[in-house]
Parts: sequence; C-alpha cells; structure tokens
Amino acid sequence: MSDITPVIVMNDCAVMNQFASDNSKAESPMVNVKWANSSNATVFAKELAFSGHIVLRGKPTDDAFMAGAAKVLGTELPGKLSSVESGEYVVRWLSPDTWLITMPGAAAYALETRLRETLTGHYQVVNESGGQTLLVLSGENAENVLHKSVHYDIHISNFPVGKVVNTNFAKTGCTLRRLGEQEFELVVRRSFSDYVAAWIQDAAAEYGFAWQG
Amino acid sequence: MLHIYCPHCCEYREEEEFHCKGQAHIARPLDPDNCSEQEWANFIFFRKNTKGQHQELWHHSAGCGKFFNVSRNTITYKIEQSYLLGTAPQPVLDVNKEGKA
Repeated sequence: MSDITPVIVMNDCAVMNQFASDNSKAESPMVNVKWANSSNATVFAKELAFSGHIVLRGKPTDDAFMAGAAKVLGTELPGKLSSVESGEYVVRWLSPDTWLITMPGAAAYALETRLRETLTGHYQVVNESGGQTLLVLSGENAENVLHKSVHYDIHISNFPVGKVVNTNFAKTGCTLRRLGEQEFELVVRRSFSDYVAAWIQDAAAEYGFAWQG
Repeated sequence: MLHIYCPHCCEYREEEEFHCKGQAHIARPLDPDNCSEQEWANFIFFRKNTKGQHQELWHHSAGCGKFFNVSRNTITYKIEQSYLLGTAPQPVLDVNKEGKA
C-alpha cells in the first residue's frame, strides 16, 4: 500500500469575492419567470435574491471546530433539524456535519475569510451563493400550497417555527424552514428555480397568488 | 410507500427521500493486492438473494445525504430497524421460536 502521508492544509486555497459589485450586472435565477398577480391573493412569494450561501462542514465531535464556528457566527451551530439567527446570519442544520449559513450577499466574502482564518484542522467552507436561491412563501394559504408540494408533515405540531428539513419539493428538492405560522422559507437549486416558481404559481392559483418581488 | 426512520435525522420520512444501495455489511478484502480473484469477485459482484430478514444500505439522498443500514423483511417489506453504519443490528426476538415477545 502507499506510504504517502496526506497533508491537509485547509486554509491554502483560493478565496474570491463572488458578490457582484454595484456597477456590474447581476441577474436572479428567476429573472425570466412570468409572475401572475391576483388582485385578491391569499398566497404571496418573494425571492431573497443575491443572498450569500455558505456551506460549512466539520465534525460536531471536534470541540475546536464547534468553538471556532460559534466564535465567528456569534452563536452555537444548531442541532438536528433546527436553525438559529445571529445578526445578519441564518444558520441551518443540513446533516450531522453540515450547516448552511445565509446572509446578505455582500457579507459572504467576509464570513468565508473569517471562517478560514479562525478554523483549524479538518473542515470545509464552500461558497454556494451562485448555486441556489431563497424563496419566502407567505399568506393565509401558504401551508395549503406546501401540502400539494411536499410530502413532509408540515403541521405546526410537527414542523414548528425555526425547524429545518431537507425534503422533496414536487420533482426537485428543497431546504424548508418555517418562519411563522403561515410563512415558509425555501432554499432551492438555481437551475430548478423557474420550475419551482411555475409549480408554486400553479399550486397557488386556486387561492389567488401575488408576487412580492 | 415505506416509512423509513433515518437515524441521523431521528425522524420517520417517506421512502421517496431515500435510495436503497443494496446489501449491507459487505467486507472489503483487507489486502486487495494479494487476495484471490474469487475473493475479489465475491466482494464486487456476488450478493445474497435473501427471502426474509435482509440487511440493506440506504441513502437519505433528499434529506441529510447520509448512509445508514436497514433491516428489512423481503417478504412483508416490514422494516424492523434502522441503525448507524459501523454498528450491528439489535437482535430481534423471534416470536415463533421463543414464545411471546
């Protein structure tokens, strides 16, 4: 077998500011969606476009990793199926060793840099800002739209405010988080975002749908 | 539709979120450079076709993305238990052999 000892230098990699500055052109992945607006809408959707998405991985049993991440984020990393908000950061649990942090896009570069400066040992930080987008679904029939879209039990007794689940959404997947009794946040892949938009409009048509931009 | 317990999410989820990855507990030959072709072929190709209790590897692909093992009855489809990789399934009391469970 091989005698090569792997040398892991987690900080030795190229980090770029992926956020487009004010004078460069940027388009949301939903730029081509044609939104219908009903005058008596009971379901509303909006996109939090150009958010920063950072995926952080590390072992929850590694105390130095957990302490370092808590120091940078200003909060402990959340446990199973939960989320925390800390200042401009929203931290979601994705799997036992994976967390998704979202924030305004301009803050992503600073966070990525600070995580790399603070963390040591075996960890991973990936900027996925361009790969996914955030949608917020609200209104008195928002839950009914999700009943048609996900097979997860989203009744408030099983899916309380702040809980996060990765599940199927129609024929794609999403990271679903409850913001309020009738307010939900979806993290969807950018290449599926027009499909998700079309699905939501179709599912919400009977209740009246309006896009909040 | 199976209702499967993910030991990482600690919740029951719909089968649609999972993928079955075949038989579990397949040991890789410890010294692949020096094992026989038969040993290697057994590792790569040959699988049991169990009627009854079967241990399988499942992937929570739409959820946490982690792998875990499932003990499933191939006749009734009943899932007896889900357990983490690197652990053995809990012995299940056979009602027919040992009286009342």
